[in-house]
Amino acid sequence: MTTPDAAELRRLTRELLAGHPPADTPVADFLTARFDAGLAWVHFPVGLGGLGAPRTLQGAVDAELAAAGAPDNDPRRIGIGLGMAAPTILGFGTDEQKRRFLRPLWTGEEVWCQLFSEPGAGSDLAALGTRAVREEDGDWIVNGQKVWTSSAHLARWAILVARTDPALPKHRGISYFICDMTDPGVDVRPLRQITGEAEFNEVFLTDVRIPDAHRLGPVGDGWKVARTTLMNERVSIGGARLPREGGMIGTVARTWRDRPDLRTHQLHQRLLALWVDAEVARLTGERLRQQLAMGRPGPEGSGLKLSFARLNQEISGLEVELLADEGLLYDDWTMRRPELVDFTGREAGYRYLRAKGNSIEGGTSEVLLNIVAERVLGLPAEPRDDKDVAWKDLTR
Amino acid sequence: MSTLDETHETRPETFPADGAPDLLYSEAEDDLRAAVRSLLTDRGDATASLARAESGSPYDSALWTSLAGGIGAAGLLVPEALGGQGASHREAAVVLEELGRAVTPAPYLTSSVIATQTLLACDPDDGGGGGDGTAATALLGDLAEGRTVAVLAVPLATGPDAPLPGTAPGGVIRAVADAATADVLLVLGDDGLYAIAADAPGVTLRAQTPLDLTRPLSAVTVDPAAFAAGTRVAGPDRAVAAVRGGLLAGAGLLASEQLGLAEWCLAETVRHTRERHQFNRPLGSFQALKHRMAQLWLEVASARAAARNAADALATGSPDVRLAVAVAQAYCGRVAVHAAEECVQLHGGIGMTWEHPAHLYLKRAKSAEIALGSTGAHRTTLATLTDLPAPRTPQE
Ligand SMILES: Cc1cc2nc3c(=O)[nH]c(=O)nc-3n(C[C@H](O)[C@H](O)[C@H](O)COP(=O)(O)OP(=O)(O)OC[C@H]3O[C@@H](n4cnc5c(N)ncnc54)[C@H](O)[C@@H]3O)c2cc1C
Repeated sequence: MTTPDAAELRRLTRELLAGHPPADTPVADFLTARFDAGLAWVHFPVGLGGLGAPRTLQGAVDAELAAAGAPDNDPRRIGIGLGMAAPTILGFGTDEQKRRFLRPLWTGEEVWCQLFSEPGAGSDLAALGTRAVREEDGDWIVNGQKVWTSSAHLARWAILVARTDPALPKHRGISYFICDMTDPGVDVRPLRQITGEAEFNEVFLTDVRIPDAHRLGPVGDGWKVARTTLMNERVSIGGARLPREGGMIGTVARTWRDRPDLRTHQLHQRLLALWVDAEVARLTGERLRQQLAMGRPGPEGSGLKLSFARLNQEISGLEVELLADEGLLYDDWTMRRPELVDFTGREAGYRYLRAKGNSIEGGTSEVLLNIVAERVLGLPAEPRDDKDVAWKDLTR
Repeated sequence: MSTLDETHETRPETFPADGAPDLLYSEAEDDLRAAVRSLLTDRGDATASLARAESGSPYDSALWTSLAGGIGAAGLLVPEALGGQGASHREAAVVLEELGRAVTPAPYLTSSVIATQTLLACDPDDGGGGGDGTAATALLGDLAEGRTVAVLAVPLATGPDAPLPGTAPGGVIRAVADAATADVLLVLGDDGLYAIAADAPGVTLRAQTPLDLTRPLSAVTVDPAAFAAGTRVAGPDRAVAAVRGGLLAGAGLLASEQLGLAEWCLAETVRHTRERHQFNRPLGSFQALKHRMAQLWLEVASARAAARNAADALATGSPDVRLAVAVAQAYCGRVAVHAAEECVQLHGGIGMTWEHPAHLYLKRAKSAEIALGSTGAHRTTLATLTDLPAPRTPQE
């Protein structure tokens, strides 16, 4: 089959819309039809939601569907699935795994979570201690504890990293699995956080049986697979395409316009400086998107999450100050287990507290700066003594 | 340094396809960059620049001839019909990036951008605007070939929205950049804009000692007699708009010069700290320094997006141009200063010496932060453009 061009994609998009008029098609049916038409991510292979078309053409398809009022798969709800699990499965999965997992992932029918962090392994993820031991029949038995797992209470599947050989240095004895969250050995307990709600969880894994068919990539090569996931995580956290004044800066700008009584000169200067920074961050993301469309990813991606985290904290902090007396109040401390992670929703106090997590989740800002310094700028690594020591002999 | 440079490919005729500004570099722009860079590497060594600057005549006329005429850089903004290259602000921006990277002393920003853009806005074809269209056209042709250097006689600090000085004949206009090397001064009079030979009777230039040794400044006095000897190139209706257009292009493209300067400072700092050892380690392996350089890298990558956006907006005559230029100026000036300050700091004692070029970069960066409107002035413009007004109450 030849690679479809823009005209062919336009034709297929119209055909999809004609066959499934968005107004009278249930959302799940429409999304499924869209996946099957290869219009989910056009650069993916045929049969996996794509058509093997150039990635540059996705924008036109999305725009045409949006204009026709077609439903979207809310990327916030299934961010881990779309942003992280999907590219990893595509890169390392078997054909069987791709066929099984990608479709319900894309339509949002199956939510995913990420069982990476552990109480003793956060930034130093490769130090993880959750054990996967192989049975005679080839299946794996997993025991351990994961923590800060977003959406575990909603998830059907998880991407999981576990140690398969403690005698090897820490980066080498890790394998990567797909874990069934409905397995009886999986115990998800809400973990209340700074905002009062419980968006993330502790997850205890007790004799969880994972069939070998749910291993992603070779045994012992899980670190390499995990790096693909983490890279995609950073882009997906900071990389949403926003219009001017999209995101937090829009919220505070509206408050500024609507509430002249709150304005002060000192806050005005800070607001304008942050407005500029937010606009420049938006342009930097736009530039990265153009580079990607041209098939040459630039290193800017590692920077987007850093900017996003800093801006969200400074902007939401400014808004709390701007609100003065009202900034002393909080909307609601009730413990809830939200369906959505909404950085910009609720009130200023909530946004301020939630934004603090942006420089921690998905790799802390300090760790990202190390990555930029070493991989982008080529600066030397700090001397370290954990690289050639067997994991079991490391200090914990 | 290769990671800071980019490699480029041909792209579709209309890119990006969604009407967003084109923030990448085209192949033609890459070729132009390569030509300018190789010229500057051969001729524009910082030590030589310094020696010339100290001798009181900072410009290397052979270099200017090759750059302006040989490469054709001076005529990029001038249509082919008027003797120029018929290119755009996008290409001129690339030239300025390279001039910034080498802190080259050359009247490019003043003559080939600001004066040229001002004359173009005089509408040379018209003459009905009260000016001598033929004279403006002829002058543009000479500027495009680099045979003549013209500068707009306003203080270098004047931003695109600032009150325009110099309307009173006989008054002193201070801190006019590159007047000392100019053949022609463009001077605002009561009744329009005049082109006056720099050596005409009634023109007095007094050299001032500049902070930035590579961009000479003069106090200029133009007597009524000189106005009489000059040619009016725009009548009163058009003159102010033309001058503001010149200043706007200058401010927008200065961002690219600031970007190039910041890139050099970062690349040189990375190179130096990788090579220099203290405490039995390369300096660049200390995390405290790595994070500072990674942070700078992020600022430089962001400045690139902002500068490209301004150049593209000027080139396409975007309705967003005022905002794009103000954002670029409010951002890139700060980044260049930060990069140059870090460059001196992380070079330690070497950075404080007269022999090391770092001081030339710091002086250029700090002056450029003030040039063509300060960061604060551009933020004030943004406050109006974005409807984020200052408080009505006086300063508290
Ligand atoms: C809201 C939220 C959601 C999350 N969701 C998930 C999830 O769904 N799945 C999942 O697996 N994990 C999740 N996490 C966990 C997250 O990935 C980790 O918290 C993060 O990687 C940091 O690890 P840590 O908390 O152990 O901090 P630590 O590693 O203990 O770090 C503590 C501090 O030390 C600094 N530090 C650590 N190492 C270095 C170093 N080498 N150099 C300099 N400074 C250093 C850090 O930057 C930080 O400031 C989530 C976290 C948050 C806040």
